[in-house]
Amino acid sequence: MSERTPDVAPQEPLSAASDAALVEQSGSTGAAGRTTGAGDAPGAEPTSGEVLLEVRDLKVHFPITKGILIDKVVGHVKAVDGVTLDVRRGTTYGLVGESGCGKSTLGRAILRLEEPTSGSVFFGGADVAAMHGTQLRHTRRRMQMIFQDPMASLDPRQTVESIVSEPMRAHGEPASKKAQQARVRELLKLVGLPQSAAGRYPHEFSGGQRQRIGIARAIALNPELIIADEPVSALDVSIQAQVVNLLEELQDRLGLTYMVIAHDLAVIKHISDTIGVMYLGSLVEEATSDELYAQPLHPYTIALMSAVPLPDPVAEESRERILLTGDLPSPANPPSGCRFHTRCPYRQETRCDDEVPALREVLPGRKVACHWAEEILSGEIRPAESSRTVAAT
Amino acid sequence: MTQLSDVRAPGSLPGAPLLEVEDLSVVFTRRGRRDVRAVDGVTFSVRPGETVGLVGESGSGKSVTSLALMRLLPSRGVHVGGRVTFDGMDLLSLPRDSMRDLRGRDMAMVFQDPMSSLNPVLTVGRQITEVLRRHRGMHGDEARDEAVSLLSRVGIPDPARRFREYPHQLSGGMRQRALIAISLACKPRLLIADEPTTALDVTIQAQILELLRELVVDSGTSLIMITHDLGVIAGLCDSVNVMYSGRIVETASRYELFGQPRHPYTAGLLGSVPRLDASRGQPLRPIPGSPTDTLPWARGCAFQPRCANRIDRCALETPLLQVDSARRDADGTHWLRCFNPVASSTPVSAPGAPPAGLGASEGVPGSGPAVAASSEELPAGGLADVGAGTFDVDLGAAERGAPGSAPGSMAPEARAVEEGEQ
Repeated sequence: MSERTPDVAPQEPLSAASDAALVEQSGSTGAAGRTTGAGDAPGAEPTSGEVLLEVRDLKVHFPITKGILIDKVVGHVKAVDGVTLDVRRGTTYGLVGESGCGKSTLGRAILRLEEPTSGSVFFGGADVAAMHGTQLRHTRRRMQMIFQDPMASLDPRQTVESIVSEPMRAHGEPASKKAQQARVRELLKLVGLPQSAAGRYPHEFSGGQRQRIGIARAIALNPELIIADEPVSALDVSIQAQVVNLLEELQDRLGLTYMVIAHDLAVIKHISDTIGVMYLGSLVEEATSDELYAQPLHPYTIALMSAVPLPDPVAEESRERILLTGDLPSPANPPSGCRFHTRCPYRQETRCDDEVPALREVLPGRKVACHWAEEILSGEIRPAESSRTVAAT
Repeated sequence: MTQLSDVRAPGSLPGAPLLEVEDLSVVFTRRGRRDVRAVDGVTFSVRPGETVGLVGESGSGKSVTSLALMRLLPSRGVHVGGRVTFDGMDLLSLPRDSMRDLRGRDMAMVFQDPMSSLNPVLTVGRQITEVLRRHRGMHGDEARDEAVSLLSRVGIPDPARRFREYPHQLSGGMRQRALIAISLACKPRLLIADEPTTALDVTIQAQILELLRELVVDSGTSLIMITHDLGVIAGLCDSVNVMYSGRIVETASRYELFGQPRHPYTAGLLGSVPRLDASRGQPLRPIPGSPTDTLPWARGCAFQPRCANRIDRCALETPLLQVDSARRDADGTHWLRCFNPVASSTPVSAPGAPPAGLGASEGVPGSGPAVAASSEELPAGGLADVGAGTFDVDLGAAERGAPGSAPGSMAPEARAVEEGEQ
């Protein structure tokens, strides 16, 4: 399992580059790897950076058990069911989908916070899914997580200094207490908190400031990859923008690689270079942020895009909206064939109900899991009349 | 267009408002603690068939306003002041029994979290028939049939089965639909929706919003929409009240508000939401500080500590909510509480030029045809007509108004925006 799978084209000498990043202040290495930034020309494809994270056919299945004394496994919730994706160094990969689609489980499985059922996660060339003991500990130092609810992820009985320095204590880096304190001060400054924050407790801060504390903790060990699970969804609108800007700023300065998980398509579009859309445990579409918005190809993405309300009444009234019917089916008993066919406005008589579509490259750099992507793109297949509404009528 | 005529000034126009809120204040008192003034002098009105939005961040007092309107606040430790008139009745001094008759029948509410507002130990059907029995005197099969038809009307598949089920057996979107079915059971004239879609996924949110939109159009129900999501407001509301720290800081029709936000807070909110249709690479412009960094209104403008436009006067004097003099051409519907508003020609939204026809009638509706349109629509009377006819009338006005009002139409302004932003 720790060997690289043969079908993956060998990339750069990964280990050398990432080792350098480990010892170095990651600012320099990251800057080299970063190809597109918030300020760069939009639309440029983030292709030149080396691949930092490779997820190959990852599956996380949770058993459903029944029985009082002896637990009998009666089925599985297929939270993540065969996801394959690449994240390039210095870029942001956005994972979007409705609640229950498995996006958070995928993020946690990459960090091995959730044990994968099968598949592999290559981080800098080594398979995280097959690591144990010290090796896993060392790798985890290079990948960190930012959680959704800062109040629930910060210990209310620890001071901010203690929270932020905990990863340093756990890994003994830097070793001296004095150096750790200095690093905490540096981190607080980096995330825009006053020095006086160090001695205070989480409850003394507002939601946005708490999220900054969580971010300071996540970058304490100079990680290469940060997985942010709904980093702004618990925050007020005006505060969301502050945190989004901070994340982008830190990426520019420290050369971080992000995987951002969110349900808010507008936030994801703003922050990501590449976006993966998930539905019921698997990726249905993957594209660069601009292309995905300009022309969504998968019916689910099309519907998702049209469901996001725009803060502009004129645009809101003139656009066509595709309404999906019903709810997300249960991941314990997913529909046969294409998992989206029960709600799909473009559903066809053949193939959709019984044949599982593979994630395939339809246009250069555009991966879609739909049998009819070409026909939908060319306008040959139109959505069912019943699902279309124009807000103005 | 409902929003063309003055939405606020009580008694100044014949389109009699259904609900008038005047100088509403809610003060929470607790012994040994300082009083908390959650809502402070809020004034607005809702006319039949109109959708009015209340927007604000957490702590702005929008939910407390709605609870005060429904008289759902506890009687101890809360002082509610001002006047709330619903169809000629003074709600705040109404006896409790009459209020109970009114609540659920004429005024209904949809809450944010359907799981905590449905009773977990009663079937969904029982909770709907309860309303039908209490207010409409229905019994047995009659009530059952009506409840099933309500469930199917809000788009719940297999309503007869769902009627017998308990709330935990329903998905989030379905629970919200059930809650809407309960609130619609008596065909209320006013529906208050407090963040009805915040807990839902976008695709489900779109379904629920579509349902509410249909409801307003089909049955002429007035709707008060409380939300923090500007996108929801943009698609649904005729007029919008922006609240900050317990007071309304800006009121305008939605086209006015999104096209020409004048209060720095409104402009800040619009600048801080990422937009799906904006090109990538534009940084967000957040409002500094947090909603808790406020100045008491008694001492000045509460937004002053976070405001980019603040001047010395802001910390010394309390601004009043007044008709925005720079937007007089907006028919006096644009109200503002600010000493130093955002310049009138620098709207934050609209990165692309809006479709000319739609923008024209809204951007500067002072021209003849637009006014004619609004007076045409008023005598129509019937509740359903007001909602259903709205858009046709508007389009007509735009077409007729287009040649005459070309210099004042939206297009040149939009151009000015783009120049201004570079």
